[in-house]
Amino acid sequence: MDLYATELMGAKAYDQQGNFVGRVREFFVEPAEAPNRISHFLLARGHFLPLVAKYDQVASVEPGRITLNVSERDLQLYQPNEGWLAVQKDLLDQQIIDIRGRKVVRVNDVDLAQLRTNGNVELRLTQVDVGLPGAVRRLLQGAVPPGLIRTLQSKLPPRTIRWEFVNLIEPDPLRRVKLRITHEKLEDLHPADLAEIMEELSAAERQGIIASLDEETAAAVLAELDERLTTQIVEKMDPERAADILEEMAPDAAADLLADLPKATSEELLEEMPGFEANEVRELLAFDPATAGGMMNTEFAFVGEAIDREEVLAWMRGQELNLDQLDNIVLLNGDAQFSGTVAVARLLLAAPEQRMSELKTEPLLSIETGADEEEVVELFDKYNLRTLTVVDKDYRPIGTITVDDVVSRLAKK
Amino acid sequence: MNWGIITGSLEGLRTRGTSLQQRIRGLRRRMTLLLAVVGPGLITSNVDNDAGGITTYTQAGSHYGYTLLWSLIPMTIALYVTEEMCARMGAITGKGLSDLIREEFGFRSTFFVMVVGFFVDLANVVAEFAGVAEAMSIFHVNKFIAVPVAALLVWILVLRGTYRQVEIVFLAACGFYVTYIISAVLAKPDWLLAARDTVIPLIHTDSGYWIMLTGLVGTTIAPWQFFYLQAGFVEKKVGPRQYPQARADVLIGSISCMVIVFFIIVCTAATLYTHGLRDINTAKEAAQSLAPLAGKWAAYLFAFGLLNASVFAASILPLSTAHVICEGLGFEAGVDHKFKDAPIFYWLYTVLIVVGAGVVLMTDRLWTILIFSQVGNGIWLPVVVIFILLLVNRRDLMGDYVNTLTFNIVAWVTAIAMIALTLVLAYTSIFPVSGSPAP
Repeated sequence: MDLYATELMGAKAYDQQGNFVGRVREFFVEPAEAPNRISHFLLARGHFLPLVAKYDQVASVEPGRITLNVSERDLQLYQPNEGWLAVQKDLLDQQIIDIRGRKVVRVNDVDLAQLRTNGNVELRLTQVDVGLPGAVRRLLQGAVPPGLIRTLQSKLPPRTIRWEFVNLIEPDPLRRVKLRITHEKLEDLHPADLAEIMEELSAAERQGIIASLDEETAAAVLAELDERLTTQIVEKMDPERAADILEEMAPDAAADLLADLPKATSEELLEEMPGFEANEVRELLAFDPATAGGMMNTEFAFVGEAIDREEVLAWMRGQELNLDQLDNIVLLNGDAQFSGTVAVARLLLAAPEQRMSELKTEPLLSIETGADEEEVVELFDKYNLRTLTVVDKDYRPIGTITVDDVVSRLAKK
Repeated sequence: MNWGIITGSLEGLRTRGTSLQQRIRGLRRRMTLLLAVVGPGLITSNVDNDAGGITTYTQAGSHYGYTLLWSLIPMTIALYVTEEMCARMGAITGKGLSDLIREEFGFRSTFFVMVVGFFVDLANVVAEFAGVAEAMSIFHVNKFIAVPVAALLVWILVLRGTYRQVEIVFLAACGFYVTYIISAVLAKPDWLLAARDTVIPLIHTDSGYWIMLTGLVGTTIAPWQFFYLQAGFVEKKVGPRQYPQARADVLIGSISCMVIVFFIIVCTAATLYTHGLRDINTAKEAAQSLAPLAGKWAAYLFAFGLLNASVFAASILPLSTAHVICEGLGFEAGVDHKFKDAPIFYWLYTVLIVVGAGVVLMTDRLWTILIFSQVGNGIWLPVVVIFILLLVNRRDLMGDYVNTLTFNIVAWVTAIAMIALTLVLAYTSIFPVSGSPAP
């Protein structure tokens, strides 16, 4: 039979001889031993020191009553242990991340399953209840006969999350290690989903999650987060780690982030970053964010207009390119000036010996660094662009604006 | 030809434009930072001057002239101290008040807070719609037209808007309180006397005076506002670094709220009290009596102010209540969610408005409603304030941002004084003392 944590809290515990031992005030999972087994029961008995019953000392469990298979003298005194996850204190009423539903939810109750082996019952944590049945149980337990609660809850729509899809949120890094809380499963989520989840959490919890992600994921998540949150997170981070994450970010995203930080902090982080990446970001920082220069990314693909398709492809294979963002290739003429762009799709269908200059997208569009963001948006709208090349005063390409930059600007308005 | 990043051509640009552009950038950043934080404090404090509030201030001015003005300064402090704790909790923990109550005090406490909160707030919503009915009757609009229209307007505003849009409308509503300042100027008050009575307490001994004083405090500091304030800052993602701005927002809000109270009392004192019309009990009576004394426009502005305040509060109260309940029970909440993502939030919101407006349409005893809501607030306030004080002093939640000893003393004194005064208000509302200004 299934049990609920609520039905077990306050349960009376009896030993082998049928003597009353105490009331269950808390029970624990020891993730280092088994991820879902209830490992210890805390038995309180008035003003005496509380005892603890281990999972293999329990003979049977039913709502409101636990029977042990040992006598009272065999139980140990309770010693607090940071490596134990307390169901009442750490789980009930707290927020958790539902990995499959990709959101933050609050725990109303915990469902337990019984596992019988000769003369011993183990409880396994199967799922957490985040819906109305759990809420009703919490509210009425002890005030209304248990049978009535069971009838009532069966009429309510269940909302539960299987334990393996539950990701606990623990801001304290030491405790996180002791409780074996990893955020590996979070790394499988899309960065945008993860960012949305993090926006629901408190500052300390966000910090905890970012701290345990790998740098690449952390960078992707930071790029998706609300800018006020990114600055809060980065400021509290160890500068070395922050610099490592910034390095993983696209230069324009890194520049946007640094621009929101106090000058001293952003300088410190730039110092920590490798010279080449730091310089790129510094250059971007010099532009007003509301201009084409402030929107552009300096990582873009460019080739000479005189070479042919085969040469371009051969060379693309040898490069580490961000393929998700590669819609267009910028062409340069002999003076290293902007001479047009080639859509990758067109390159794909072109004959091997076709020259890049023959594949140019018409009309020839580019924009100056100082141009207002309104102008950029108008161009994207009018010509249905996906990328737009930004040129300097000498008409040399220095960056590109991609459509996602434009969309996120518009969405902010 | 090479793939990669061109850096050379940027060199020139960097050296030339940097300093000026960075300065512009810095200024712009500071402005957006402040504007991004301002809102919850200003809105919450101003919404305190709702229908019930304006009625009470009107009574205070017409019954006692300028003599109650001195209470505004201690009230500003009390308002600031209590609101600041919530702003701080929101900024440091990143959680709403009901979230914190749930996590630290468990499910049953939360449920109790939510259920009582719901009914107290519902009584307040009814009072706000009563204010709408009253204000519109001055403009000769029947309540059967005014109240449903107002309810629909309020409902649509939140249902269709994003948090930012809703907040802009709310901030604009704060601006309309200026009508009371104009009304007061049109009433040609004795500014010198008003100023003197603001700084020098002039204490009467009759019981009516004390009940009036209690009423002032009771209507100004309402329990639900703490939930709204904290949720507002959390929703705006205010963190420890933006906390100084949040605090400034709360301070500006508290002061501007009291400035409006000052002008309402001055306006009614200069006209009604001076001309012997001292048994004015409702804002409507006040507005009507104002016309022959200070001109038609003063009266209309007064009525418009009441309408604005009522609609304003009627949109925030249901919003705040729905928020609190959903947060506590773990349902999705917030105006940034779509209807299908947060159905319970929107249903609660709708029910509060429909029932609130419905009650006003079904009864003419609007006075009883107003009293009922004030009594509810009075009983409920101590509970909420004690929860706040317990939470804000928890070092595991607040770290170094727990109350300092001085702040704790000020806060507890404020809390106890507020509790004592509101209990008196609740008591006298149920058992009116003879000579009391209550109806």
